[in-house]
Amino acid sequence: MKYIDSEQVHKKMGSRLLANSLAKTIFFLATLFGLVVLIVLIYRVLADGLSWINMDFLMNRLSTDPEKAGIWGAIVGTFWLMLVVAPVTMVLGVGTAIYLEEYAAKGRISSFIKTNISNLAGVPSVVFGILGLTVFARALDLGSVVLAGGLTMALLVLPVVVVASQEAIRAVPQFLREASYGMGATKWQTIKNVVLPAALPGILTGLILALSRAIGETAPLVVIGIPALLIPVPDGIFDKFTILPVQIYYWTIDSALVAEYANLAAATIVILLIVLFAMNSIAILIRNKFQKRY
Amino acid sequence: MARSAVQHDNKKLNVSEIIQQKKKSRSVNNYTEKLIPKILFGIAAISVFTTIGIVLTLITETIAFFKDVPFIDFFTGTELKPLGENAVFGVLPLLTGTIISTLIAMLVAIPVGLMTAIFLSEYASEKTRKVLKPLLEILAGIPTIVYGFFAFTFVTPLLSSFIPDLEPTNILSPGIVMGIMIIPMVASLSEDAMSSVPNAMREGALALGATKLEVTWKVVVPAAISGIIASFVLGISRAIGETMIVTIASGSSKNFTFDVTQSMQTMTAYIVEVTGGEAAAGTTLYYSLYAVAMTLFVFTLIMNLLAQYISRKFREEY
Repeated sequence: MKYIDSEQVHKKMGSRLLANSLAKTIFFLATLFGLVVLIVLIYRVLADGLSWINMDFLMNRLSTDPEKAGIWGAIVGTFWLMLVVAPVTMVLGVGTAIYLEEYAAKGRISSFIKTNISNLAGVPSVVFGILGLTVFARALDLGSVVLAGGLTMALLVLPVVVVASQEAIRAVPQFLREASYGMGATKWQTIKNVVLPAALPGILTGLILALSRAIGETAPLVVIGIPALLIPVPDGIFDKFTILPVQIYYWTIDSALVAEYANLAAATIVILLIVLFAMNSIAILIRNKFQKRY
Repeated sequence: MARSAVQHDNKKLNVSEIIQQKKKSRSVNNYTEKLIPKILFGIAAISVFTTIGIVLTLITETIAFFKDVPFIDFFTGTELKPLGENAVFGVLPLLTGTIISTLIAMLVAIPVGLMTAIFLSEYASEKTRKVLKPLLEILAGIPTIVYGFFAFTFVTPLLSSFIPDLEPTNILSPGIVMGIMIIPMVASLSEDAMSSVPNAMREGALALGATKLEVTWKVVVPAAISGIIASFVLGISRAIGETMIVTIASGSSKNFTFDVTQSMQTMTAYIVEVTGGEAAAGTTLYYSLYAVAMTLFVFTLIMNLLAQYISRKFREEY
C-alpha cells in the first residue's frame, strides 16, 4: 500500500492553489467578455444613432435622402406583421400544445410530433424564407405581402409558442382538473374553463417572446422578396411592406455608398431594441405577476 | 345549479320539454367532445405538414436543378458563377465559406462559453449569478441584424487596424461576431448540464482534498460532458444557419479560398443574394437556390439530430 507523501502534497499545494485562483480569474474575465461586448455594442449603436432620432425620423416615410428619411412605413409594417403572426401562432401553438398534453396518447404519434417540433426549431430561418417564397408568395400567388410574410413568420416561431404552452398546461395541477370532472364537466369544458385560464399567463409569455423573435428576424422576409425600394406605408395585410430589421439591413449594406445610412441604421436599431426590450419586460411582468404557484 | 338554471330559463316549458332539451344539449356536448380532439389533432399535424412542405419543396426543385447540373459537378466544383451565359455551379466555395465562418465562430464561442458556464455554475455566488445571467440573456436576445451592423461598422474597422490586409468585407469579422452571438447559448446549455451534477460528487472530491479547479475539471465537466458537447453541436448548427451577419459583413465574393481576410460567401448568404435579385422561376439560377438550401437543411438537421443523440445516449443518470 502506497502512503500519501505529506511532503510531496505540501510542495504541490502552492501551485495547485495558484492554478485555482488563476483559473477563477480567467473564468470571470471570460464571463465579462460577453458583457463588455454587449456594452460596446449598445454604446456604438447609441453613439451613431441617438442624435438622428426625432419625431420626423419616426413619422416620415422612407426616402433616399438621409436627412428626410423616416421609418414610419417600417413601424406600420411591423405592426401589421404582428397582427398576422399573433393569432395564427396562438391558434396553432396552443392547439398543438393542448392536443399533445391533454388528448394525445403517449405513443408513437405524439412523440413523432414532439420530435418534429424540436427539429423544426433547429431549421435555419432562411430555409423558412424559402418555404414562404415557394408556398405563400408563389404557389398561393400572394406575392411579398404582409400575409405571406406573416404566415412564414408564424411557422418559424411556432415551436416557441408550442413549448411554452405545453409547459404552462403541464404546470396546471391535476386536482383542478379532477375538481372540474367531479362537478360533471366534460373534458373539453374542463380544458376550456379550467386548464386554459390557469395556463394563460404562461401561454401569453410564450406568445410575446415569439412575437419579439418574429419582429427581430430579417432573413425570411428578405428571401420572400421585400425589395430595397421605397415601399409605401402598408394599409392592410395584402399590401407590400417592410419591417424595421429589413430596413436596417438595406441601410447597412448601402452605408458603403452613403455614409449617413449607417446612422439611419443605428437609429433604427435603437428603436427596434426599445420595442424588443419593452415586449420582453411585459412578458417577464406577466410571468411574475400572474403566474400562480399551486 | 344546472337544473335551476334550466327551470329559470324555461319557465313556460313543461317537464317533458325540459327533458327533451337537456337530451339535445347533451348530444351537442357529445358531438363537441368527439369533434374537438379531431380539430386539435389537425392543428397539431400542421407542424408536421410544415416539415413535409419544407422537405418536399426542397427535394422537387433540387431534382430539377440536378437535371441541369450534374450532381458530381455541383459537389466537387470549386467555381461558382451563377450569373451570365456560361454559368458554373460548384458549391465548394459556399461550403468552405460556411465551414470557415463556423470554425471561427466556434473558436470564440466554445472556450468563452464553456468558461462562462464554469464560472456561473461553480465559482459565482448566488448573488453574482442572479446579476450576470439576465445580462447574458440580453446578449442572446439581440436580433442578428444588429450583430451584422456591429460586425460591419465596428469589428471590421477595429480588426483592420491590427491586420492591414483585411478587406472591407471579410469572413473573419462576421465569424468572430457570430461566435459572440453563440456564447450565451453554449454557456446556458452547458451550465444547465453542470448544475444537474449532484453536489455529493463535488463534496466527495473536495473532501479528498481537491481544489475547486480540480473538482470542476476532473469531476463536474466529465460528469456533464454529454450536455456540454450537445451545446457545442447546437452552437455549430446555429452558426451554419446564421444568415444576416455573414450576408452583411462578408460580402458576396464566391472565392474558393482559405484566407480569412478575404470576402467569402456562405450558403445562407447565397440564398439571400439570389432571392434578393428576384431570380426568375424555372432558371437554373432559381433552382440552384433550392439545391443550396437543401444542402444547408441537411447539414443543420444532421447537427440537431446529433445533439439529441449525444444528450440522450451519453447522459449519466445520478
